[in-house]
Amino acid sequence: MEELKFDLPSAAQTIARDPVLVGVVASGNCEVLVEQSKAVGHCAVTVHTSAHGFAPIWQAVVEDFSARRHAGGLSIEINDVGATPAVVSLRLDQAIEVWEEHSNG
Amino acid sequence: MTQKHWNQRQQGRARRLERAAGIGRQVDASRIVELLQAVIEPADRVCIEGNNQKQADFLAQALAAVDPARVHDLHMVQSVIALPEHVALFDKGIAREIDFSFSGPQGTRLAALVKAGKIRINAIHTYLELFARYFVDLTPNVALIAAEAADADGNLYTGPNTEDTPAIVEATAFKNGIVIAQVNELRDTLPRVDIPAGWVDFVVVAPKPNTIEPLFTRDPAQISEIQVLMAMMVIKGIYAEYGVKRLNHGIGFDTAAIELLLPTYGAELGLKGKVCTHWALNPHPALIPAIEAGFVESVHSFGSELGMEAYVAARPDVFFTGADGSLRSNRAFCQAAGHYACDLFIGSTLQIDLQGNSSTATLDRIAGFGGAPNMGADARGRRHESAAWLKAGEEARQGREQMPRGRKLVVQMVETFREHMAPAFVDRLDAWQLAETMGLANPPVMIYGDDVTHIVTEEGIANLLLCRDAAEREQAIRGVAGYTGIGLGRDKAAVEALRQRGVIRRPEDIGVSRRRATRDLLAARSVKDLVLASGGLYNPPSRFRNW
Repeated sequence: MEELKFDLPSAAQTIARDPVLVGVVASGNCEVLVEQSKAVGHCAVTVHTSAHGFAPIWQAVVEDFSARRHAGGLSIEINDVGATPAVVSLRLDQAIEVWEEHSNG
Repeated sequence: MTQKHWNQRQQGRARRLERAAGIGRQVDASRIVELLQAVIEPADRVCIEGNNQKQADFLAQALAAVDPARVHDLHMVQSVIALPEHVALFDKGIAREIDFSFSGPQGTRLAALVKAGKIRINAIHTYLELFARYFVDLTPNVALIAAEAADADGNLYTGPNTEDTPAIVEATAFKNGIVIAQVNELRDTLPRVDIPAGWVDFVVVAPKPNTIEPLFTRDPAQISEIQVLMAMMVIKGIYAEYGVKRLNHGIGFDTAAIELLLPTYGAELGLKGKVCTHWALNPHPALIPAIEAGFVESVHSFGSELGMEAYVAARPDVFFTGADGSLRSNRAFCQAAGHYACDLFIGSTLQIDLQGNSSTATLDRIAGFGGAPNMGADARGRRHESAAWLKAGEEARQGREQMPRGRKLVVQMVETFREHMAPAFVDRLDAWQLAETMGLANPPVMIYGDDVTHIVTEEGIANLLLCRDAAEREQAIRGVAGYTGIGLGRDKAAVEALRQRGVIRRPEDIGVSRRRATRDLLAARSVKDLVLASGGLYNPPSRFRNW
């Protein structure tokens, strides 16, 4: 297992709600847990991955994500079992869409 | 002056038949090697029928068992190298050179034989191209074919898997060659005659039915959400956009996902009757829900698919069937149909370079491309018009003062990374190095970049028709190449400019919601669902049954 941590600037997410969990821990897939954090304007991403040596690609994937989405003030944990960047990006987008569409209010 | 003889092939045929006179037209299986040794002469051109579906496997085994002292230096001319016996011919010195189309399962052994100098590969063809050469300079002296049944006269019934048989027999029989058929059984009367007795010289009942592979069955349970997302983009961003009615799908999960989204996502977009009505396609089980939903008017097939027999027979308005009810497939005609009568081809590949050239050839495997290059190429001889063809042609011209002409849509659909993080986008195709190893003048490219009109990845659609020069084309490809080295090497400003012009379109640009890209959108999520959708008519092979 490799653990990677990223702290990225991102537009503030204005909706507050309970944690969101999408995806599954299965081969070629990943699980994404999104929770609120206190770091407004920043998105903290922690990756636990079974595949070693892909830090630069993870960096690019989460940078693009935090640039295109309102993820400031969110803390994201990814449990990865060899998901491709395509799957990771899809899960991150799905998590944010769930966060925004089904807020507690 | 020496007398010119005009009938040497006739004489050759008579000589061969005379040597086999004691064996009889109906050959006992135990005498098959004896027959082959009698009718095949050294350096003959021999075709063993076989495709990625049915195989004349008994005759292939028999040919691999002949005495190399008597039968040697054969020139094989055949669609595929699929069976171990096909390769064994070269190991044993029975055959020396080959012209073929596809070598999927034996690709690695083939590469080893080339290295060892035991085989000379003259050329790798498309199916249609090899059939064409049967009628020009590669006419077989002897053809070893497979059929379902024969009658006492030697008429053949091929059942749903007619495939290559008519093309092979036509070329061989009418140039005084010898045609030997293995059949699964003899019947008093045949359900229909697919090959007339007059074109067949010998019939042998094989001890076991010929091998058939269910090559086109894709279990919906294995379709990923990324494939659903890409399929949504294709349906909305290409099929709806161009009004694609006539098309061919390559083999694979990417295109199976499209087939399974037609009755759900496609219907929701109001596309029933407007897209995907006429197909050149094998009877894909994944197409059942779309057929049942009334999307599909007609399907002509290269071959059949195991388990689809009863379903096809029950849908004669959709499929081409004989008076007996079963499918009539024909690879040569269906390849021609896919090339000339379809507005779109979509398929997957292993590697795409920065010009958009794609290939499934990799360093240690000689695979060949089967029919893909004919499907995935603009038909320069096409003259009839259709809305999709005209629109693609207009986009390619972009108002330039050129003779108006249509274009075929050729779409390559790939995830940016394959399994084990192998990038689908590369600076240089492995095909270049393979060409060196094989001594080819040209790298074995499956689909040339100038024939590709769209590349679809999970990142979006790159419309190469709208690119004005090579530099734009390169950035359009980089722009959908995601986090591969090629994708990370993009010029961000150039890619953004292409997006503004609609050359690159992201899912959100065409209103495709990533959120909806889940397996729930598939019309069938398992093989069992397909069986249910068919009203119990689809009978999947046991390996696909897990209930």
